[in-house]
Amino acid sequence: MASSENLDSVGYIKHHLQNLQVCKTDQGWVWNQCQDAGFWAINVDSLLFAFLLGALFCFSFWRVAKNAKIENPGKWQSIVEMIVEFVDKSVKDTFHGKNPLIAPLALTIFMWVILMNMMDWIPVDLLPWVAEQTNVHVLGNEPHTSYLKFLPTADVNITFSLSIGVFLLILFYSVKVKGIGGFVGELTLHPFSSKNKFVQVLLIPVNLLMETIGLIAKPISLGLRLFGNLYAAELLFILIAILMSTGIGGFVGGFISYMGWAIFHILVIPLQAFIFMMLTIVYLSQAHEDH
Amino acid sequence: MNVNLTLIINMIFFAVFVWFCMKFVWPYIMGAIEERQNKIAEGLAASERSQKDLELAQEKAAEILREAKSQSAELVDSAKKRHTEIVDSAKDDARAEADKIKSGAQAEIEQEVNRAREQLRSKVATLAVAGAEKVIERNIDEAANNDMFDKLVEDL
Repeated sequence: MASSENLDSVGYIKHHLQNLQVCKTDQGWVWNQCQDAGFWAINVDSLLFAFLLGALFCFSFWRVAKNAKIENPGKWQSIVEMIVEFVDKSVKDTFHGKNPLIAPLALTIFMWVILMNMMDWIPVDLLPWVAEQTNVHVLGNEPHTSYLKFLPTADVNITFSLSIGVFLLILFYSVKVKGIGGFVGELTLHPFSSKNKFVQVLLIPVNLLMETIGLIAKPISLGLRLFGNLYAAELLFILIAILMSTGIGGFVGGFISYMGWAIFHILVIPLQAFIFMMLTIVYLSQAHEDH
Repeated sequence: MNVNLTLIINMIFFAVFVWFCMKFVWPYIMGAIEERQNKIAEGLAASERSQKDLELAQEKAAEILREAKSQSAELVDSAKKRHTEIVDSAKDDARAEADKIKSGAQAEIEQEVNRAREQLRSKVATLAVAGAEKVIERNIDEAANNDMFDKLVEDL
């Protein structure tokens, strides 16, 4: 725990959950002084790891796709094909329309989220320590200015960028398949409808309120579920790391709980990725259904 | 947890990755999988076809075998029939031949008997004449005697 010696526990946690940020202020682009920057700050660490992992997914799958053998697939190709077939089956079971975007979208979400979640398994202090050494010895900055939050899915921006992307696709396909009239009708004429014109007009605001809440809830629940799970996971890892710094008993107990929590995440990590993918498919298939 | 510009930038990343996956990854992997599935299906169909062909050929072979068996049985039957026929006719021939030989032999015997009788008859005549000549020393009329002896001989 390189930086925890001069920090108390709360400080240690706060430090670990602080993104490496850059933002534009009156003095130009600055690092780590973005408390007042509001929207115009960039979480460099989240973006860096998200991009690297997404690129890793694209590159490794692209290499398999380029060299795909029909007769005698290699081990790596077999694994990739297994994942692709699993995603394809999930899509075909749920989505019955014909849309060439859905399956690659589901695959990208699944693999990207699973890779980002897997950052959870890296010891909480390893990458921040590397970052601090780099910051202090290479860049010559003060130790307390080195921040690194390397788990992208514990950053609400990353999870919401995915869920809002999905939300935009939901809106796009709803309008494309049902037309603007159909989409508006779906928002205003369900679930309550009446043959009486006057009653129907009275029911429209009620329907609109309910359906809009339902619609907005989709991206929010999607993004918050992933964020909440991974944020909690990361927080617990940090807490266990603090426990490990409290003497020999704490170290042994912490070591066992750290291992237990990590093993538990063999389940959580792919499950969260799968849920995100599955809900994306379900939402998009709902968007394609014409009532 | 502040929402900031990161969200927009990562959405762009997201779009790029999905586009990349849709253009360069998914179709090729899916294509390879589907092509392999087709190949396997074709192979299975071919093996099924050849299995059927084999069954057909086996049936045909069995039928040919059956036919050959019945033909050979027929052949054996006719051969047996022919055999008895030949034996019967040979028997008949032999019997006829034997009859012929027997009747020839009988005729010959009869002939021999007749000839012997003739010879005997002529011998008896001369013997009688010689006897009579000795008995009757004086032979006056040879011709009259001869007539008398001829009559005697005829009565024999």
